[in-house]
Amino acid sequence: MELNAISIGFVVFTIFTLGGGIGVVTTRNLFQGTIWLMVSLFGVAGYFVLLSAPFLAAVQILVYIGAIAILITFAVMLTRSVTRIKTRYIRLVPSLLASLALFLILLLGVTMPIFGGVSPEHAPATVASTRDLGAALVDENGYVVPFLLASVLLTGAMIGAIFIARDDTA
Amino acid sequence: MDEICTGLCRLMVDSGADAGLAQFVSLLVGVLLVSGVPLLTVILLIWIERKVAARIQDRIGPNRVGPIGLMQTFADLLKLLGKEDITPTAADRLLYNVAPLVSFASVVLIWAVVPFTPFHYGVDLEIGALFFVAVASFGTLAIMVAGWASNNKYALLGAFRVVSLLVSYEVPLVFALLVPVLLAGSMSMLDIVNAQSGMWFVVLSPLAFIIFYISSQAETGRAPFDLIEAESELVAGFNIEYSGMKFGMFFAAEFLHVFTNGILMALLFFGGWMGPLYYESPLIAFAWLGAKGGIIYLTTLWLRNTVPRLRIDQIMAFNWKCLVPLSIANIVLVSLALKVLQELDMAPRQLIGASFADMLPATILLLLINGALTLYLLGILRRRGKDARREAQAAPVQFARATAATAD
Repeated sequence: MELNAISIGFVVFTIFTLGGGIGVVTTRNLFQGTIWLMVSLFGVAGYFVLLSAPFLAAVQILVYIGAIAILITFAVMLTRSVTRIKTRYIRLVPSLLASLALFLILLLGVTMPIFGGVSPEHAPATVASTRDLGAALVDENGYVVPFLLASVLLTGAMIGAIFIARDDTA
Repeated sequence: MDEICTGLCRLMVDSGADAGLAQFVSLLVGVLLVSGVPLLTVILLIWIERKVAARIQDRIGPNRVGPIGLMQTFADLLKLLGKEDITPTAADRLLYNVAPLVSFASVVLIWAVVPFTPFHYGVDLEIGALFFVAVASFGTLAIMVAGWASNNKYALLGAFRVVSLLVSYEVPLVFALLVPVLLAGSMSMLDIVNAQSGMWFVVLSPLAFIIFYISSQAETGRAPFDLIEAESELVAGFNIEYSGMKFGMFFAAEFLHVFTNGILMALLFFGGWMGPLYYESPLIAFAWLGAKGGIIYLTTLWLRNTVPRLRIDQIMAFNWKCLVPLSIANIVLVSLALKVLQELDMAPRQLIGASFADMLPATILLLLINGALTLYLLGILRRRGKDARREAQAAPVQFARATAATAD
């Protein structure tokens, strides 16, 4: 790998992503754990920038750090004594096996063309712009059906959440 | 490479400098300018804000240090720098110290996408508007981290309030921001300003501007949304443990954020640098942007110093029951009307470079739609108000008892 701005960026963002991940699983403090998670997610946003997908990078920061991680922080702060957890997680072997299995599945899924993967030779030459992404989401030959299905699913989830959380006495 | 290397960089290459070095130097100068301008502005802003607040409250304000008190902020700055830098022993040392930096950086980063003139801007991102929202969410994070890391109950309570307030008001803010993006057909700040050559977006959709204005007032935590640091309830809120320059950074970030919002509103809704003779010289264009942003900034100061603080439930009810539905209805109606007009060839398909005459029919229709929506909303609010008043009058005893119970 030659030394240029992109490779330096890649190394920096990899340190962010992996370092954040290690931080999440090693810290004894739930709040610090969420902060590490944000660092890790920020590193992923950096990858998107390197891959010329600024829209995805901004969405990554907006949705994952700006919304989801902040909600996690909020939930963590509501739980009691988040800073003084004494108990250790002892079921190391099952969790090791589970994470290894997940890693293998992901590795196979990415490297093998099981789900119609694109090999580097067949990758499109032009870099897709934000405009192309938007067009693909509403194009009938593109992803309009999955897009609409996801919207319906999210609406359903939202209505379900409201229904469950509703105060029946009111 | 040729596109990146312009201006100063081209000049250096022509005079025989190394191309890579020239590019690096010109980028460095750009970064220093973009981050330096807001840093210097904030010193002046603090003085302006104190003067305006004083005048509204029938005081004189800073007038001792330097001519008309202009050097007051420098004196304050020196005082802050000279103060003892205290970190509470129970605080989370790393997070406690990082929070003020993130808070200030989140505001300064917005300036990277602000186009000062048609030719002078930090960077013209394809996703400029989205970048602004994404970066602003770091500000929320900083306040949250500060509140938690201080290990103080008041700070934590302040942080709780921030999260609920900022996360809620981000929703109408983004929906209002979508209107200029939709009208311009682009998220780039440069395109959004250029698309207003025919008509300012504030005329096309005043409701979007009002929603954006209210939400950004809430995002900065200013009155009537200042329960982040409600002095009478929380002592100082999330920044209670901070002293010296670390407090100064939160302080400066807040002041700068208000002005930044003024500039952003000028760019998104008031045509940015557009104005008579703006094409004559970049300085005139810059002056127009500054004047528009400044006027909006002054109205936010006016608002801050004249309205009382709202209760948290009132703020939440106003956001979720009024602003959010209104902003969604607004964007649906605006996009529908614009599409229909474009299909009927009554509005230009590309707003960039459209003239005033091209925009007139679309403007009138969109304005009518916005007016109708506003009237409908005012009708609902009036009916609600009447109901609440009738209830209060019909049951004065219960009302008095309820009030007394809350007072206890």
